[in-house]
Amino acid sequence: MSDSIGHLRVDITKRYGGKTVLDQLRLEIRGGEFVTFLGPSGCGKSTALGVIAGLIPASAGEVWLDEQRLDRVPPEKRGFGMVFQNYALFPHLTVFDNVAFGLSLQSRPAAEIQERVQSMLGLVRLSGYESRYPGQLSGGQQQRVAIARALILHPRLMLFDEPLSNLDAKLRIEMRAEIKLLHSRLGLTSIYVTHDQAEALSLSDRIVLLRDGVLMQVGTPQEIHDRPRNLFVADFMGFRNFFDVRLGEPAGGFVEGMGRSLKLRARTAQDFSAGPDAIMAIRPDDIRIGKTSDGVNAVRGKVELVEYLGREQEAVIAIDTETRLWLRTAEKVTPGDEIALTLPADKLVLLPRE
Amino acid sequence: MARAQTDERSELDLVAIACLVPSLLYVVLMFVYPFLYGLYASLQPPKGGAWSIANYLAFFSDPYQYRTIETTFALAIPNSVVVVLAALFLAYGMRRGIWMERTITTILVLPISLGVIFLSEGILGFYGTNGWLNQMLIGAGILAEPLELTHNFIGVTLSLFMQQFPFCFLMLLGYISGIDPSLESSARMLGAGPWTVFRRVMLPLIAPGLIIAFALVFVMSFAVFPSAVMVGQPAGSTRTISIAAYQQAFEQYDMSYASAIAVIMGVCQLLALIAIVLVRRRMTIATTMGVGKR
Repeated sequence: MSDSIGHLRVDITKRYGGKTVLDQLRLEIRGGEFVTFLGPSGCGKSTALGVIAGLIPASAGEVWLDEQRLDRVPPEKRGFGMVFQNYALFPHLTVFDNVAFGLSLQSRPAAEIQERVQSMLGLVRLSGYESRYPGQLSGGQQQRVAIARALILHPRLMLFDEPLSNLDAKLRIEMRAEIKLLHSRLGLTSIYVTHDQAEALSLSDRIVLLRDGVLMQVGTPQEIHDRPRNLFVADFMGFRNFFDVRLGEPAGGFVEGMGRSLKLRARTAQDFSAGPDAIMAIRPDDIRIGKTSDGVNAVRGKVELVEYLGREQEAVIAIDTETRLWLRTAEKVTPGDEIALTLPADKLVLLPRE
Repeated sequence: MARAQTDERSELDLVAIACLVPSLLYVVLMFVYPFLYGLYASLQPPKGGAWSIANYLAFFSDPYQYRTIETTFALAIPNSVVVVLAALFLAYGMRRGIWMERTITTILVLPISLGVIFLSEGILGFYGTNGWLNQMLIGAGILAEPLELTHNFIGVTLSLFMQQFPFCFLMLLGYISGIDPSLESSARMLGAGPWTVFRRVMLPLIAPGLIIAFALVFVMSFAVFPSAVMVGQPAGSTRTISIAAYQQAFEQYDMSYASAIAVIMGVCQLLALIAIVLVRRRMTIATTMGVGKR
């Protein structure tokens, strides 16, 4: 590897008619980094990937890889690899010919093609399947062929467009681990589009959360998971309990928030400047059953509904006539129980009101 | 268990057969019977007497008659090739939808709804010796003598093209736009330019549909009759085999000979179709293996 390390810089806007589906998405992706575009359907994540790939023309902006400007370069000349949601294998070609497709376009010698295809099929554990047709393979195998087909060209950038969403749950987790392993072995700069937060958390170095074409938050999986910056990110990342509060003066690293029926204390966040009107949020599985000795953030409520989820259960707790809490616990709760709960201060997240 | 299964199957078979009866009856009455009758008639000379292949011998010993096979092939094959290629070109260009698509499709399809007679009249009026086109060209001083575009081979080709192009275009458009667009995207990401995508990915996938379209256009062209009479030269360069059969039946009143010509015509079409199907099979074994099993 010379100085082409796969450092990607994008600033893209995409409009369809009058509708802006990507609004000045500005990003820098370091060489070797694995970045996920995460968001609900219609958030613009696949469009962003298509624009970076060159398959969708941008309305405005630039795409740079290392020192090369690429936004006017057609997709076949960008040297990127892409894996599609429906695999997009060529049905009329064998596994071997599918994987060899890119090399044969470069008119490489047959011996080299033979050798590289063999070793690539070995890498994705498909040796022996050379003469099968895509229609004779399972979904997981097809996706491995698709990955091999892209990787064999040593792409400067790998793009994944929801590659696992057509697989069943078990296979999805296996393939996820395989993609992670391939990335750590080959160290290719990668962009991965998904709507599945578990996939994003487990694979990424950084997550880019999008909503309606607008960048909501960029951060490491830990940052996105633990410190969402706004209501949308918190909601998307699994926070279910939101309280409108009026914040008091921060003191001793904590800040008090007065809700309509609750008084809560949370750790002050350095980067939080909105307020005094704010939202406090907590995940269902961060709420503890029982009361702490100091009685801070303790609430009482009545169990309304219990959903069995296997290892744990999710319960809806009525605090008063209007306030409900979602709780996830391994302890046994039954509808009708009166229980005491604690909302740990360091698990409460402060969000600006929108 | 096995018994229950067979019972179920035989019940299904009965239902299936019951459903098939009306269409089978129709095919037998409207196709099989006339066909067999024609075959029978062709082997029974009008003077009565024993079975005889005299009609067939007569056809193949008379150049005026057997040349019609050549004439018909010479008309049908180039016309089918041109129609299929033109339809392929346009349908491929429109595969991802274009601006004003519905209007353009409607205009393209309109000739189908007009009928051959109307179309042929139109061709005479526009392309004829005194038609608009020639008057325009002569009036503009581009030509001194009118172009001979009707009452010859060109006229029939024009008419056939206008009748068959819309049909073939629609068929191919449906076929091509049914191909997963991400195949094209993935080929581009692997380094293939638009032409390579067409040649290496799309064309092999379109080929089965293309061949079927060719077969249908060919069969329709082979049976050409009204346009060969109206805008062609039915006594000369466009004397197709269907005209030969018509003349025997309704000018010479020799139904037996006419039937023989019709049978020969059917056999020619059948042989051509068999050849086309064989080509298709060779070309598409690989393709069909990968389709429909996702």
